[in-house]
Amino acid sequence: MSRSRTERLVNLVICLLSTRRFLTAAQIAATVPGYEHDPDDARDHEAFQRKFERDKAELRDLGVPLETGTASAFDAEPGYRIARREYALPDISLEPDEAAAVGFAARLWQHAGLAAAASSGLAKLRAAGIDVDPHATLGVEPVVTVDPAFAPLTAAARERRPVSFDYRVPEGDAPATRRLQPWGVVCWRGRWYVVGHDLDRDATRCFRLSRVVGAVRVAGPAGAYQPPAGVDLISHVARWSGPLERTGRAAVLVRPGRAAGLRRWADETTPGPDGDRLTLRYADAEGLAASLVGYGADVRVLDPPEVREAVIQRLKEIAARHEAVAEAVG
Amino acid sequence: MTTAQVRAAGSRASADRLGRLLNLVPYLLARPGIEIAEAAVDLGVTERQLREDLELLWVCGLPGYGPGDLIDMALDGDRVTITYDAGIDRPLRLTPDEALALVVALRMLAEAPGLGERDAIERALAKIENAAGEVAGAPIAVRLPGNVDRLARIRSAVERRRALRITYYTAARDETTERVVDPIRVLMVSGWAYLEAWCRRAEAVRLFRTDRIDALTELDEPAAPPPQVELRDLSGGIFQPSPDLPLISLRVGRGGRWITEYYPCERVSEGDGEDWLVSMRVTDLEWARRFVLGLGPDVTVIAPPELVADVRDQATAALEAYASPTTS
Repeated sequence: MSRSRTERLVNLVICLLSTRRFLTAAQIAATVPGYEHDPDDARDHEAFQRKFERDKAELRDLGVPLETGTASAFDAEPGYRIARREYALPDISLEPDEAAAVGFAARLWQHAGLAAAASSGLAKLRAAGIDVDPHATLGVEPVVTVDPAFAPLTAAARERRPVSFDYRVPEGDAPATRRLQPWGVVCWRGRWYVVGHDLDRDATRCFRLSRVVGAVRVAGPAGAYQPPAGVDLISHVARWSGPLERTGRAAVLVRPGRAAGLRRWADETTPGPDGDRLTLRYADAEGLAASLVGYGADVRVLDPPEVREAVIQRLKEIAARHEAVAEAVG
Repeated sequence: MTTAQVRAAGSRASADRLGRLLNLVPYLLARPGIEIAEAAVDLGVTERQLREDLELLWVCGLPGYGPGDLIDMALDGDRVTITYDAGIDRPLRLTPDEALALVVALRMLAEAPGLGERDAIERALAKIENAAGEVAGAPIAVRLPGNVDRLARIRSAVERRRALRITYYTAARDETTERVVDPIRVLMVSGWAYLEAWCRRAEAVRLFRTDRIDALTELDEPAAPPPQVELRDLSGGIFQPSPDLPLISLRVGRGGRWITEYYPCERVSEGDGEDWLVSMRVTDLEWARRFVLGLGPDVTVIAPPELVADVRDQATAALEAYASPTTS
């Protein structure tokens, strides 16, 4: 893009920052270099208007707060200015350890779009006089990624706008449209969720962002609802997948030197003539049975009967299903 | 590219440059007499680009555009000082995306278990949120799991640059081994913490999941990963299956479909009925056997035939042990 265009835009920003009065397009054209044209020539004037519209759009895209208003009650034509207070980053000073944390954090993004946003944000902090050591590390590096639905849902939660989206759980065969008043977004055990009031279920619900199919649609004006005061977003997600109490005890026999993964969880290990006897704590019999079956013939359940039966049942089904496949293949 | 795409790309480049120029004046204003080469490195542009930016700014200024109105600077050899800023003495506010990107990364960092600098991170977070104002108000909460004590020990070994002897459980082979490693860094990916280290046994860089490090001893010798070791590129996830690994095909019932969310799959075909056909690459067929057995009746192996037979034989052998009225 041409140097003259960038030059014109820098001059436009400086001009609008320096004025307290709203300047009309005609006044701007008469002032800022690059907008010269003949207002009486229809084609020339139209070209100017298009150029000016493009320039305004570009400034707004960049985040320049362009204010529109009229200079006085007698003026019909709208004018423009940039309020300094709205334009400028407020004063901010960071201690060296704080600056190191920000610089390090900005490098954690693996998501291309937000990585670019983090580094342009960091550039603004540098321009505010903060020195950031580009090599500082803090010892633990969280790799930060988000799902595509992250940006629209955080924006909607911030602006308190209802949304709708198509949502698909793996157990389901087709996505269903859900309508939600999002309260906030949570990262729990490395996965992103949105928590809010489900308008169809009329209840609090959590949705996993990776299961949102397609675009998140805005379904109402900003400020349309009020999240409950002091809502603890994490607890809503944690309730779903909290740790279970492991109150059951099972005894299993493990072949010597085998099933290392299981041995790590054993409360007690007693060596015997035909293998090691392990005591395991468990929360539900089916869950334990599933993990024991993984070790195949290396592990045999001694007690309790419900786990033993669950294991045998699973083994029978697995053997039958795979026998059928083996026969079909020949 | 179409004309519209060319225009869009050109417009983005011009927006980038405009943003850079509006930032450049306050940046230099805060650092009178800075060397142009140093500023270029700091700003991530070439020295030539920076000089072109300065030349452009030189002809910009306040209406009137006379000598006293234009942005002015003193160039003293390789150093530059802004002497008149024409009113752009502060950087622009953070955009919502910039604020979000910084705030979320800082929250993640603040929640990373085992970090000693939490205090500095929290202070930085509060200041950024304050400066960003309204746009930082997105309600976002982060909780990362992890054994804080163990991570703190691993991290301090990394910082002291000491070699470690670890007892490590390898799930792919279902075995626990001892090995000496030269730590490089600690990572958190998708809710798991990993120690990235040079493994002297494997003679390669390895990622060790910290919850599978069952014991660790800090050695007296320094960590000495070979120079120029390549760190893992994590942009595609931790497990990046290579095409030379064995491919397995599974028939997956409704109750087993969750595996497609947790394991990288080559292909997921949804048939007309309840069953999905899923293919994935595995490091080891024995791991695949344990995996499939553990998933239970919802998952059946279709290929390769040796895995079908292995799963069947294991299940049958295990059943026989229950059938025979032996000990205990």
